[in-house]
Amino acid sequence: MTTLAPPIRTAAQAEATRRRRLLLIMGPPGLALLVFFLVPLGIMGLYTLRSGTLGGEMAWSLDTYRSFLANTALQRLLWRSTLVSLQTSLLCVLLAYPIAYYLAFRAGERRMTLLTIIIIPAWTSYLLRILAWKLILGSSGLLNTFLLWVGWIDQPAPILLFSQTAVVVTLVYVWAPFVALPIFAALDRIDKRLLEAAADLGSPPWYAFVRVTLPLSLPGVLAGFLSVFIPTLGEYVTPLLVGGVNGIMYGNLIQDQFVRALNWPLGSIMSLVLLVLLLPMFLLFRRSDDLLQR
Amino acid sequence: MLAKSSIGRRFTFSLGAAYFVLFTAFMYLPILLLVVFSFNDSPTLAFPWNGFTLRWYAALAQSTELIKAVWNSVLVGLLSSLIATVLGTLAALGIVRFNFPGKSIFLSVAAMPLVIPAVVMGVAMLILFTMVGIPLTLWTVGLGHVIINLPYAMLIVAARLAGFEAHIEEAAMDLGANYWGALWRVTLPMSMPALVAAFLSSFTTSFDEFAVTFFLAGSDTTLPIYLFSQLRFPSRLPLVVTLAAIMMLLSVLIVLAVEKLRRMST
Repeated sequence: MTTLAPPIRTAAQAEATRRRRLLLIMGPPGLALLVFFLVPLGIMGLYTLRSGTLGGEMAWSLDTYRSFLANTALQRLLWRSTLVSLQTSLLCVLLAYPIAYYLAFRAGERRMTLLTIIIIPAWTSYLLRILAWKLILGSSGLLNTFLLWVGWIDQPAPILLFSQTAVVVTLVYVWAPFVALPIFAALDRIDKRLLEAAADLGSPPWYAFVRVTLPLSLPGVLAGFLSVFIPTLGEYVTPLLVGGVNGIMYGNLIQDQFVRALNWPLGSIMSLVLLVLLLPMFLLFRRSDDLLQR
Repeated sequence: MLAKSSIGRRFTFSLGAAYFVLFTAFMYLPILLLVVFSFNDSPTLAFPWNGFTLRWYAALAQSTELIKAVWNSVLVGLLSSLIATVLGTLAALGIVRFNFPGKSIFLSVAAMPLVIPAVVMGVAMLILFTMVGIPLTLWTVGLGHVIINLPYAMLIVAARLAGFEAHIEEAAMDLGANYWGALWRVTLPMSMPALVAAFLSSFTTSFDEFAVTFFLAGSDTTLPIYLFSQLRFPSRLPLVVTLAAIMMLLSVLIVLAVEKLRRMST
């Protein structure tokens, strides 16, 4: 191929041309990400070293760190949000695994069509899918009025009220289809002859599943789990819509620091803590994704 | 052959199939409820169904605030998706066709907007704009949407570019095109389905984006911001549902188009 290049060019010239092209191509997107993504995160990091509220006196200090560390209510909320995300991600995996299994092993030629059917609602509006649950849940919501109407209950059921449960149900609804994708990808790559071999060697199907299928699908399970856990940990829109007072999450309190309390330094620390917690999971996610791609 | 492909094997009832049907119902029912209740002739949103009406649709068309919000969302969506697609395409060219130091760092950074919590992205950009003194308007919203969509656009186009070899560009150059001409006249047309898919999926995301937009919109309203503000008034709920039904159907149509284009392009 290189022999086809114009012979007058020296290697150094070719390298310079290549560099110029690369710069022109990567410059704009690189600059955009730098200026509007990395720099804001950096400034946010600097903001944590300030104290005071917006508009008032601001000084460089570690006070905000101290107040964050002293604020056990914040830490408890962070812990509770972690549990909500954990619960959501686990439920998503449990709900999505059988779907992925069915599609990979039982659905035959229609598997891609069926997969698309499952995933289409997930690709539509995120906000509207949460909004739908706001209308469904609640004491005068569609679910309660439906149950009252058909006579299954005679007063609004408390479980359907705005609560942490409502947040989990809504988040599971929103995220479960996305979990089916990586698990399906992992199951679909399994060499079916392995299972035949297990059967030939006298293993009952459930044992083959536990010893062959399940371990081989774990990268997909991990990728699916993290693809829910990472974004939901900072979630604030779902609790805002369906959570009520008892359903608020850490993300709501971050939002509060910027919108109502105007304590930007504290909000910055809270965001930073979130990012630091998520970083190892982000790296793990890339690793599981690599395993799936290979 | 014919028997096999026409109706296919009969739908064998199994536990798996039953579960699949249940799961699908779980996914579609809430959306269907939105659509069904947009036609319900009742000022409250509750069972039982009270008869068919189009009056909520008629009422929507009269709300000037709403029309303004729709227009804002369309403008922001078109412009930010266009920029995200252009930047994403450039980034895709860079990562597929070139090797350079720091490539894996770039990939990590470019993938971060995909997974970073929206609230963090929103507040970080809010801090930047406030510090530099840029007022919060539709422009800042658009900038936020560009960053959100750039990674998606990059991944969609990169998948397409990886599908055909750089030799095609080299062949064009051997035939006398310069490098940029080869990109413009050969690579770009060949990637067109992916570019359109990237644009459309950026547009749907932008049209629907609330979590980051909330921090960047100032006093301007986009459609999701408007929708959210209406939720405080119970009397406006039927209108919200109607609006949601329309947005949902549009969103499904665009998603189907994107899916078709992506199939075509890879």
